[in-house]
Amino acid sequence: MDQIAALIIQIAYGIANLALISLGLAIIFGMMRVINLAHGEFLMLGGYTVVVATNNGVNLWVAMLILAPLVVGVIGVIVERLLIRWLYGRMVDTLLATWGLSLLLIGIVTSIFGASTATTVSVPIGVIRIGEYTVSGYDIFLIFVTLCLGAAVFAVLKLTKLGLVARGTMQNAQMASALGVSTSRIYMITFGLGAAVSGLAGGLLAPVTGVLPTIGATYIAKAFITVISGGASILTGTAAGSVLLGGINGIVAYITGPTFGEVALLVAAIILLRLMPRGITGRFFRKSL
Amino acid sequence: MKKRAAETVVETRGLCMHFGGVRAVDQVDFALEDRELRCLIGPNGAGKSTFFKCLTGQLTPTAGEITIRGTPVAGAQSHEIASLGVGIKTQVPNVFDGLTAEENIWLSARRWHGGARARTLTAETIERLRLGEIRRSLVGRLAHGQRQWVELGMVVAAEPWLVLLDEPAAGMTHEETARTAELILEINRTAALIVVEHDMQFIRMISRRVTLFHEGRILMEDTMDAISSDRRAREVYLGHRA
Amino acid sequence: MNSGSTLRAMRPTFIFAAIGIVFMLFAPQVLALFTIINLTTAIALAILALSLALVWGYGGILCFGQVAFFGLGAYAYTIGAINFGGSTWAILLAVAVAAAFAAVVGYFMFYGRVSDVYLGVITLTVTLILYSLIRRTSGPEYKIGNALLGGFNGVGSPPLNLPWNARAFLFPEQVFYVAMAALILAYVFAGWLVTTHFGRVCVAIRENETRAELLGYDARAYKLGIFTISAGIAGLAGVFFCNGVGRVTPDVFGLYNAALTIIWVIVGGRGTLIGPIIATFGLFYLTASLGGQQTLNNNLVLGIILIVFVLLVPRGLAPTIADWFTQGRRGRVGAERAARRARRRAGAAEGGK
Repeated sequence: MDQIAALIIQIAYGIANLALISLGLAIIFGMMRVINLAHGEFLMLGGYTVVVATNNGVNLWVAMLILAPLVVGVIGVIVERLLIRWLYGRMVDTLLATWGLSLLLIGIVTSIFGASTATTVSVPIGVIRIGEYTVSGYDIFLIFVTLCLGAAVFAVLKLTKLGLVARGTMQNAQMASALGVSTSRIYMITFGLGAAVSGLAGGLLAPVTGVLPTIGATYIAKAFITVISGGASILTGTAAGSVLLGGINGIVAYITGPTFGEVALLVAAIILLRLMPRGITGRFFRKSL
Repeated sequence: MKKRAAETVVETRGLCMHFGGVRAVDQVDFALEDRELRCLIGPNGAGKSTFFKCLTGQLTPTAGEITIRGTPVAGAQSHEIASLGVGIKTQVPNVFDGLTAEENIWLSARRWHGGARARTLTAETIERLRLGEIRRSLVGRLAHGQRQWVELGMVVAAEPWLVLLDEPAAGMTHEETARTAELILEINRTAALIVVEHDMQFIRMISRRVTLFHEGRILMEDTMDAISSDRRAREVYLGHRA
Repeated sequence: MNSGSTLRAMRPTFIFAAIGIVFMLFAPQVLALFTIINLTTAIALAILALSLALVWGYGGILCFGQVAFFGLGAYAYTIGAINFGGSTWAILLAVAVAAAFAAVVGYFMFYGRVSDVYLGVITLTVTLILYSLIRRTSGPEYKIGNALLGGFNGVGSPPLNLPWNARAFLFPEQVFYVAMAALILAYVFAGWLVTTHFGRVCVAIRENETRAELLGYDARAYKLGIFTISAGIAGLAGVFFCNGVGRVTPDVFGLYNAALTIIWVIVGGRGTLIGPIIATFGLFYLTASLGGQQTLNNNLVLGIILIVFVLLVPRGLAPTIADWFTQGRRGRVGAERAARRARRRAGAAEGGK
């Protein structure tokens, strides 16, 4: 019984982790049809923000929950203005340019902070006991934050004007511009928002994973698979992709160990794409958020 | 194989194509005989182009059957339909912009024939369509009418026995239109044709039998003269245009 | 189209191949052994660039994970050579493993009709998963035959040997000859392939997939074909890479290497084979010379190069330079130039959909 509870929490954490690292990517992809190859570096920048801020005496929670999204969000807006907006409608070039950005950000951070971690941040919440098993309290906190973040994105999509346009764009890419909405401004805000969510995720994960200039690479593979398997709907897609792939990963990893968990995740994603080239939400729940 | 004079080569039964609640094609029963030249007409949104796309494998019909010479092809891939010996020209000129006119046509001929035969066929087609002057030009740089001709050349070079053309005369000058009509009659000597067209004058030049689409269904099937003098037909279509 | 015009179309290929042969014969006489060993690695990377130039520049397939096949080739060669006790079959194994893996992944992608942008991301993801997978194989239980996979430390690669004598290992200088010969052969093979019926259909599919299908060509099969062939070439590149370096580590699958391949082809120019090869040598020496100092990080420089080329020189150097030389000359060359422009327009329109 305790073992099952611990396993369920572990799988739920795996799912939440996937959702957390994918959501920023999904927001930008869902609304702008831009696949941001610098996504991993946005997460990395969130982590560095937390490390630098706490080293300078800022409270860890303030650094993770406020500073990380703020700093990375601002960087996102700058990147959109300087780089992305010249390439709208050229998907392949956008992909390549964001890859260049990814390298550039790794290079800049390495030049400033060096190639290895300077200081790490310790995990702020201890373990929780379930019978004879222990689970990390911070894992449970992250599950909770992911749910809150999902709810917040839902509220933005449902209640704001930005959300209205977002929903329009998700269903028909041409519609937003046909409506005469200033897509340029919307895109800038979207990109900033997506970057902020990524920054938040990176900041929250910094205590768990540590920070390195090249840490983005460990995130992006999973984030890409989740978003592409999920399809273009921001919330439903991320949720569906995370639950399916996180579930498979968790169960296979439990049975055979972590190495094959990732293989199972990849194989499942590739087979899924053969069956549903436009992702889960390209086939089911098409009108969802 | 000996063919009967009136063999049915294209047949659809109960063909439906629905987009959400819109019935673009609704329960269409259609038959085309060998060596027949049929024009499909109808006002915008009548369903003739959607019908055409179902025939060519660009759309998978919601329901119903399509057979081409007895082979069921509803929902087949475009290349499978083309591989039956069907030549297809789409509405928007669909050509290889970065290749020369000659290479475009060669790619079509070479699909069915060995190297030597493909070369002669390419040369013959270029001659036949009078594309000699532009044979080495990149198709992406040609005028609209010329691009249409290159695409017709690709259709002809494959030596198809069934030809499906979607608005072959669109955007052509008077003279080009007349030449296209001539070419279509020439193709008809060896192949059956379905031509979707708007241009009434053009249809008068080529047509024997015409199928009039209206609101996703076949309204009537007759000669152009009979259709022009029909009151219903004039109401749905000709009246708006004349 | 006939043998005469094939020869004509391949004339530049033969010219560059001849230059390559001259270089192969004279470089060891002039250059130091250390440089020659380094060059072997660069040659391996040039073969990798060639494979991507083929599949992306001619097949129009945006493969961001060409290093997956490269790395699999390197691992397959190393494991094969350790187990077989000789390199000859290991080379074939490397090419076969890379091609077979591509065929399987490609089947799912092309027959699922995954669009080009997704394709790039999926191939990259496959690479990154291989990277994290092979890094985890450090325990003694991860062995294939006699070969321990060694996790992030990798495996030492046995050098090439004479086909008829497994104990006669080649000297670094001889490996250089073999690698250079392989590059020249692969280059001539790729140059020939794009003039064949198969190659022309691949280009036609890149230009307009719908039209190719309407002519009766099964685009999926052709894409899978050129994808598999180019993966085989990448696998061969892996063989020479681990020979040049002396061992194979999970870094062959790394994001940095994946980015490098893309940069070679972008800088060299899509739609040419020689451009990416030359760009590889150029950038190899640029990053090698940057490696010695601290202020300008390799990632930083490559990132800037990639962004600048995408924004300002999207066609790459080889086509741009070819234009300077042929300005004012009419006919075929000018036509090609316009074709590329048209293609880019088509690409832009495609992307806008």
